[in-house]
Amino acid sequence: MIELRNITKSFEGRTVLNDISCTFEKGKTNLIIGRSGSGKTVMVKNVIGLIKPNKGEILYDGRDLIKMNKKELNMLRREMGMLFQGSALFDSMTVLENVMYPLEMFSDESNKERLKRAEFCLERVSLTGSGHLYPSEISGGMMKRAAIARAISLNPKYLFCDEPNSGLDPKTSLIIDDLIHDITQEFQMTTVINTHDMNSVMNIGDKIIFIKEGVKEWEGSKDDVILSTNESLNDFVFASDLFRKVKEIELDEHKSK
Amino acid sequence: MKASLHKFGEYVLLMNKAISIPDRWSMFFKQLIKEISKLGVDSLWIVIIISIFIGTVIAIQISLNISSPLIPKFTIGYTTREIILLEFSSSIMCLILAGKVGSNIASEIGTMRVTEQIDAMEIMGVNSANFLILPKVVGLMLFIPVLVIFSMFTGIVGGYLASMITPSLPTSAFEYGLQYYFNSFYVGYSILKSVIYAFIISSVASYFGYNARGGALDVGKASTNAVVMSSIMILLADVIMTQLMLA
Ligand SMILES: Nc1ncnc2c1ncn2[C@@H]1O[C@H](COP(=O)(O)OP(=O)(O)O)[C@@H](O)[C@H]1O
Ligand SMILES: [Mg+2]
Repeated sequence: MIELRNITKSFEGRTVLNDISCTFEKGKTNLIIGRSGSGKTVMVKNVIGLIKPNKGEILYDGRDLIKMNKKELNMLRREMGMLFQGSALFDSMTVLENVMYPLEMFSDESNKERLKRAEFCLERVSLTGSGHLYPSEISGGMMKRAAIARAISLNPKYLFCDEPNSGLDPKTSLIIDDLIHDITQEFQMTTVINTHDMNSVMNIGDKIIFIKEGVKEWEGSKDDVILSTNESLNDFVFASDLFRKVKEIELDEHKSK
Repeated sequence: MKASLHKFGEYVLLMNKAISIPDRWSMFFKQLIKEISKLGVDSLWIVIIISIFIGTVIAIQISLNISSPLIPKFTIGYTTREIILLEFSSSIMCLILAGKVGSNIASEIGTMRVTEQIDAMEIMGVNSANFLILPKVVGLMLFIPVLVIFSMFTGIVGGYLASMITPSLPTSAFEYGLQYYFNSFYVGYSILKSVIYAFIISSVASYFGYNARGGALDVGKASTNAVVMSSIMILLADVIMTQLMLA
């Protein structure tokens, strides 16, 4: 579990995050949603310690990241996995070498065991047989899956995903979402996903935090979204006609129950 | 002025982060071998070709310009040797390598920066500066002297070839000139200079790559700036070292 307490961050006098408190739960996919520019990426970067907030606490199962020194932060980071927006695979290495990289840097296992672990991770994301390919030789969806395999190779407790669906077609997006959701439950990770994809919200929104202009506007699960009367949230989530229709039908059903 | 001081400070901090004990020695050596073969060995052919041609041209030029009967012919061999050993094979060669190797380093690290590959390393808890920069710095400092020795040798071979095809330049006189008043300290001095140039090229190019921001265009700019800045630094270092060691 990760707990944020009163996180405030401003850049040159401009407040980007204003007094945000929330918790990300273990074994669940926790979504941070909001319009472009609302501060989602800044929030995730604060949580992983790439940016220092001006104020507040970030507790990883009780350990405050902000109070950590460089060494403690590096130790904590070995418990984190991160999926970057553009996958960020090392393009001078093959897919297998990418997945092996964190193991080679940090695991004390024998080479054989590391290889076994890497192959297990590749199998988990259905990339067995593609290990010898370079990132430039595979599709966007495969790159995302390879990046997931790399992120989970050290068996992290915490998984972060920045816009995991950007640049993917709707079907591939669903596959990636489901994969993230499944491994979150399987390995009991605390997963934090930053997205503006409404399909993801309704598909894997175990817990949703809605950010508007740097302020936490709403919090709940995907079922709560349907019933919510929060205007900003409805404006944002149900921007498309299709989603609005779905919501109306669901609400009618809910009333008639 | 303030901006350049700020940049210099950033450079020093980055080098401080890069030059530290590697997280894993096995990974460091793996990278080191890769860098030596990619940056060094792959530059061998260009060094050899340029050196042979320049060596030939230097010898021909000197023989054309020294036509006075008062100056003995062996002076041509002697002067060719001095130019190649003292300046060409170290300073001029490293200027050329700053273009080839420097732009390669800056664009590689710059691309890793803008595609978040460096962030990915940091988030794993890897010291990205150390992992990426140190093997390049050490690799070049080890291998550029080797390239310089190759350049000295092939440059002189080039001059020798010139003596074979130029009637006004007898081969025997050229040979005598090559050996005339040979000071082996000059070879050591040139190699020492090249080690310092290797540090300049690798560290300056790494700095520009590591601090690239934006997209592909910015990586291109970073790589151009890296070449310009490391060339200027090489020339400055050349003046300083010549003053200190020979004057
Ligand atoms: N390093 C920075 N310096 C100054 N402003 C920044 C920085 N990073 C982000 N911002 C600003 O913070 C706001 C939120 O950005 P971001 O978190 O990237 O939004 P998004 O929700 O689309 O991920 C934007 O207005 C952006 O300009
Ligand atoms: Mg963003």
